[in-house]
Amino acid sequence: MRTAVLDADFGLRNLDLLLGLENRIVYTAQEVLAGNCRLEQALVKHKLEPNLALLPAGNPRMLEWLKPEDMQTIVGMLRESFDIVLIDCPAGIEDGFKNAAGAAEEAIVITTPEVSAVRDADRVIGLLNTRGIQPIQLVLNRVRPKMMASQEMLAVDDVTDILALPLLGLVLEDEQVIVSTNRGEPLTLNGSNSPAAQAYTNIARRICGEDVPLIDPAKARRGLRAKIGRLMQTKIF
Amino acid sequence: MTLRDFINKLLGRQPASATTAKQRLQLVLAHDRSDLNPELLEQMRREILEVVSRYVEIDLEEGDVSLETEDRVTALVANLPIRRTKAVPEEADPVVTAGQA
Repeated sequence: MRTAVLDADFGLRNLDLLLGLENRIVYTAQEVLAGNCRLEQALVKHKLEPNLALLPAGNPRMLEWLKPEDMQTIVGMLRESFDIVLIDCPAGIEDGFKNAAGAAEEAIVITTPEVSAVRDADRVIGLLNTRGIQPIQLVLNRVRPKMMASQEMLAVDDVTDILALPLLGLVLEDEQVIVSTNRGEPLTLNGSNSPAAQAYTNIARRICGEDVPLIDPAKARRGLRAKIGRLMQTKIF
Repeated sequence: MTLRDFINKLLGRQPASATTAKQRLQLVLAHDRSDLNPELLEQMRREILEVVSRYVEIDLEEGDVSLETEDRVTALVANLPIRRTKAVPEEADPVVTAGQA
């Protein structure tokens, strides 16, 4: 699958840094839109995965004139040569969100099991719904199975019930995420088999249509304490 | 209520924080989704009670109108205990008369 990632966070761009491509940027989406370079010149191919390319976000000053139609133009160009175009949407529900959502066909909402994040996700889902973006899927990030087992963190089912979205994936809290971003080596490409890496791979496989079962980490824990924890979660009335 | 919540209650302890989080979220989201501010909600509540009390005698102290949310659908739920029905519905004008048996 040829995949392009478009950093739509023009104000605070970071995807280049996380992917370890920050030194190889020559042109950005800005030059592509202005017609100063061809799309192929701006695309940065990943050194570890030739099927992955990044279109870097342009200058923050672009936000002054950028419109959803411009994003549609860029995405339209990308989809001619890629099977999947991932748009990394900025946080918030202001112009950056509107631009990114304007070019999207479907959406993946990523949230953590915390009250403020779930509330914000609900707001975003409402806005995506009014724009007719379908399907919308959910990724639950920074899950802590221990805390979930002792009911000190919202359970997976709680979040999916509240937001009423199908779950695309669960990512466990994982120190290796920080290590890999420090190095600029994506966790799924540097041979690590840490919990988050497995979760990312599973999410990617599900996006490609594979049927990968979802396992609730709080329910999958073994041992006596985990068993007692599960017993304590039994609904009695 | 889960078994843990039940035991916590028996022991007089606070419920597990996830339970509290879920309840708080459900309440705040019901309001977020309906986009009604508390003032409008209170006004609506008063008017609903006024209309209903034209037809039946309701317990205004016990009466409760609130928003509830399930599966992204927000519902207006009114729980109005009826004391007795009125033989003849009152005309539109009278204001709600509280506390008259």
